[in-house]
This record gives sequence, structure tokens and C-alpha cells, in this order.
Amino acid sequence: MDYFFELLFSGLTRGSIYALIALGYTMVYGIIGLINFAHGEIYMIGAFTALVVSSVLSIYGLPLLAILVLTVLAATVWAAAYGFTVERLAYRPLRNAPRLSPLISAIGMSIFLQNFVLLAQTSDFQPFPNLIPQFAFMEPYAAIIGSTDLIILTVAALMMILLTLTIKYTRTGQAMRATAQDQKMALLVGINVDKIISITFIIGSALAAIGGLLIASHIGQINCSIGFIAGIKAFTAAVLGGIGSIPGAVLGSFILGLTEAFATGYVSSDYEDVFAFALLVLILIFRPAGLLGKATIEKV
Amino acid sequence: MKFKNTCFILTTLALSLAVCLATGALAVEPIKIGVAGAHSGDLASYGLPTLKAAQLVVKDINEKGGINGAPIELIVGDDACKPEIASNTATKLVSAGVKAVIGHICSGATKAALPIYRDAKVLLISPSATTPSLTQSGEYPNFYRTIAADDAQARTEVDFTINILKVQKIAVIHDKGDYGKGLAEFARTFIEQSGKARVVLFEGVTPGAVDYSAVVQKIKHSGAEAVIFGGYHPEASKIVGQMRQKRMTTLFVSDDGVKDDTFIRVAGKDAEGVYATGPADVSKNPIALEYREKFKKTESADPGAFFDNAVAATLALANALAKAESIDQETMAKVLHNDKVATPFGAIQFDAKGEPIGIEFSIYQVQNGQYVQVR
Repeated sequence: MDYFFELLFSGLTRGSIYALIALGYTMVYGIIGLINFAHGEIYMIGAFTALVVSSVLSIYGLPLLAILVLTVLAATVWAAAYGFTVERLAYRPLRNAPRLSPLISAIGMSIFLQNFVLLAQTSDFQPFPNLIPQFAFMEPYAAIIGSTDLIILTVAALMMILLTLTIKYTRTGQAMRATAQDQKMALLVGINVDKIISITFIIGSALAAIGGLLIASHIGQINCSIGFIAGIKAFTAAVLGGIGSIPGAVLGSFILGLTEAFATGYVSSDYEDVFAFALLVLILIFRPAGLLGKATIEKV
Repeated sequence: MKFKNTCFILTTLALSLAVCLATGALAVEPIKIGVAGAHSGDLASYGLPTLKAAQLVVKDINEKGGINGAPIELIVGDDACKPEIASNTATKLVSAGVKAVIGHICSGATKAALPIYRDAKVLLISPSATTPSLTQSGEYPNFYRTIAADDAQARTEVDFTINILKVQKIAVIHDKGDYGKGLAEFARTFIEQSGKARVVLFEGVTPGAVDYSAVVQKIKHSGAEAVIFGGYHPEASKIVGQMRQKRMTTLFVSDDGVKDDTFIRVAGKDAEGVYATGPADVSKNPIALEYREKFKKTESADPGAFFDNAVAATLALANALAKAESIDQETMAKVLHNDKVATPFGAIQFDAKGEPIGIEFSIYQVQNGQYVQVR
């Protein structure tokens, strides 16, 4: 039974990580119908910013908590700035172009950012400092769930609740929902659609940066290509749950994470991707819009 | 009449003696040695340093008077690392009358060329072809190499884990890549053959995944006392890190993909105690230093991967040529098997299959943030 819980927690940890990235995909898709392929790279940039900032701060000998807070702040702000800029440069000029153009632009952005970091840093793996402390009270359970897993789960849950509340109850959230439903109508009722889209990118990127920081300190290393696989997996999770739907992205991420963990645990890790993607295909056969996605009629 | 005949015979004898003496005195017929490998194409960077190595060694030998008075002449054959070209190259070298060949470089090309050399009874020493079947199939008694075969590393790991660490339950993990999985499969076979230990888990992990805790839990659950990992350092450091996070003290044994300082830098204190196999350190060997120095005099770059191996191959061949009573495959083979020759790797000779004895993998352990050779 212990084994089951160990796998459950490893699945939940993975799921939380996917969720933090998947939210960015799903929010952007929900609002402008674009798959932002550069999102995985924003996650990677968040992790790199965290690495640089925390290394610099630790030279000054600040206490761990201060380093953590400042690093989180810097990483989210910096990644959000990247997200904002990417949207401004690569997507906004193509707002009224055919749907394929922004998609290609997104792929281009992804390749650009990855190579930019490759040139600015190295292609080598860099050690990432352990920003999350090992809690003494977790020691008896360390074999089942570590301190970092606990933090990842908690932070992911908090972020999701915060995001849901923002979208449900604030004016910005309301405006986001309106923009998602119908951009033209939203414009007509006086919503600054461009600003709302920018805000969406900023929120999505900040979440990805937090994800990047958490995972990097969980596995202790980063390089310029970590965004690729994480991005693909999170995108899969978003599609699984119904792209465009926020609870869907969270649900999809947990299903994907748990499937992978249990497939590894009870069958073989050789097949974890086989199980994950077979599940995706199955779900899309029976629910083409994903688990919680709304089937929309394509307006031609 | 009788006298005349005798006289004739005597004259002929004298004449032939004179001819004999003449050839004996001149003795300029050079010994032809082929150097085959990738000297052009994508993999020329592997082949060219080995050619250079052969040239440097042969130059030294010829300056010292050659092999029993006869100079060595190198005949170069390019196979561009392609099997279909390699068989042509082999035919060309054989018809040029080579007695032995240094090469080829790539295993595939070597395999394609070997039957031609075998039928012509030409001896072959490769500095870089590592496919195990080249020697182990027993089909090519004319084949030798001065590099450890692909499975030698797995054998070193397994022998060390079973006999020195005295471990009975082993988990074999790999990264699903050609290198990692190939190594892991050899390791599994050797563990099963040994009969002293059991493979309790054999699994591949996906490189680049965000988290390996599920497979780490599985290792724990399997009761393995040691993990043998086939793959590279990024996955190794993640797996070791997560094992230590879960407070597992399981031993970790890996390969030369992990014997890299980046591994220690990234894994930090979790790297402590990790074992990894790697080629023995030759940087202090005088022969290695001498030839590397000579190489750098003429070339701007570093000697590259198989330079030392090619120096070793040429030295071993020269020794065989010098000590064999006649220059043919069987007599030279006897020398290769029985006589130790000084090379950049120390004194080496060859076992019955043609594998080098003396060019082996060493075991290193991370101690205080450094790889230290333990065996």
C-alpha cells in the first residue's frame, strides 16, 4: 500500500508541474485561439532567471527565505516581461492574419528563445541551488514525499485557486472571460482587448516561471532545452483536459501525471509515454474537445 | 664433358650467389602496411588523427633503420566510414601487397572489409572499431584491436559490482538510447551469466523528463542494493539526486557517459560515492606524451579520440613485424599474443580473440567532489 501512495505522490507532483505550465497554454488558447509554442521557453527562462538571481543573492549572504522571495519575484517579473514582449513582437502584428501565421511565428519564437539562452549561457547542464529547504517535520516521511514535493503541491494548488478567483471575481477576470467569448463584442462594450491579451500572457508566463523555479530546485539542474519536453507534456495535458478550459488544464495535468507515475510503477517506465499518449488518443476519440472542453462550432 | 658441366653448375651457383648477395646487401624492398579508415567525409575527424599517428610512429621506426633493415611504407586507403567503400578499399590494399593494415575506423566498415583481408591472410589492427562481434564471433582470426570493446565496459561494471561491492540484487536502468541501452543489455546478460547476482529491475527512463521519482520508487520497491545505469550524466544526476532525496543509500554504478566533471558539478553532494567506469588515464604515460607532443608540432588541433589507440596499434604491429621470423599472418599473430609491447596504455598484448590485454576500463569513484581511480 505504501508503494501505491508513493506513486500517487509522484504522480501528483508531476501533475502539479504540468498544471503550472498547462495553465499558460490554455489561457492563451482560450482568449486568442493560439497555441503558444514559445510557452515552454518562457518556463525555461523563468528557471534561468531564478538561477542567476539566486546565485547572485547567495553571494551577498542573505537568509534563505529572503533569497527565495526575491528570486520568485525576479523570475516571475522577468518571465512575464518576456511573455509580454513575445506577444507584442510575434503575435500582435499577426492578430488578423490567417491562423497558421501566428502558429509559425510561435514556433519561430520558441526556436529563437532556446538558441538565445544557449548562446547567452551554455548548452551544458547547470546545477540549480536547493531553494526549497528540507523541513525537519517532513523527515519521517521523506521516503514517501519530500519537502520539495510538498511545496510543489501546495504552491500549485494555491496558484490555481488564486487564478480561479481572479478570473471569477475581478474586473480583469471578467474582461478576460468576455474577450474569450467574443473579441469583437468585448471591444464594443469598451474592453481594451489588447491590454487583456497582454495581461493573459503576463499571468501565464509568471505561472510558468514559478513552475520552472520549482521543478529546477526539485531536480537540481537546468539547461536551455528543458522547456521543450515540459512544454510538450503540458500542452498534451491541456489538450487532454480541453484546451481553453482552466479547470480542464488542471484536471488533464493530474491525469497525465498520475498515468505516467502508475504506468512506470506497475508496468514499466519504458512505456510511460505510450500509456500517456494512448490515453490522450482514447479521450480525444470519445470527447474530441477534451474532458472539460466545450465543443464549439467552427465559424467559417 | 663432365668437367664442362661441373664448371657450368659452378658458374650458375656463383652467379645466383652474387644475385643473392646483391639483394641481401641492398634490402630496400619496403614492407607495405595499409592504413585504412575515414579520411574524408563526416567522420574524417576520427580517421585522420589515426593516420597521423601511424605516420609518426613509422617515421620514427624508419629513422632508426626500419624493421630488420627494411623500411615501412604506408599505403593509405580511405573508406569514408562506409561499408560499401570499405570493401573496395580492402581489395585495393590487398592488391597493392600490404602485409598488415592499421584500421579500419568504423565498426561497420571494418566488418565489411574483414572477409577480404581474411582470405588474403592480411592481419588487421583497428584502433577504434568497438563492436563486440568482430572478435567474439571467432570468424576473423586476423582481427585485433587496441581499444576496449563495447561490452568490456559493461563487464567491468558488473564484475566490480558483483565481486568487489558484493551485491546480489541489481537494478539495471538505461536512458533508451543506443549507447545506454546497449550497455545496459550487456550488463544484464553478464549479471545473469555470473549466477552470483540477480537483475531485479530492468527499465528505461525518458531523457529530459521533469521528474524521476516514480522510477526511483520502483528501484526502492525492487529491493535493489545497487543500480547499474547506462546513459549520460544529466539523467544520472537526476536519478541519484532523487534517490538521495528519498533517503535511499543504494549504490550507483555507471559508465563513461557519467564519468564527467559536469556530473559532479550538477549532482553536488549527491554525487559522492557514485562509481563510474572510464578509460584509464594515459596523460602521464611517456609514450602518449611523446606522440601527442609530436602531433601538436604539425597540427593545430588536439589529437582527438583514437590517436593514442592508433599509436598503440602501430607500435604493436611494428613489434610483431620485427620479432616474427617471417612476415605472414600466423607468425605475426603469435608475437601479438605472446609478446608485451610498450604503448601509450602501458604494456599490452592480445588475448586469443584479439582483444587487447592492458587496455581496459578503470573504476572511478566520486570522493570529495573528484573522480578518484579506485581500481
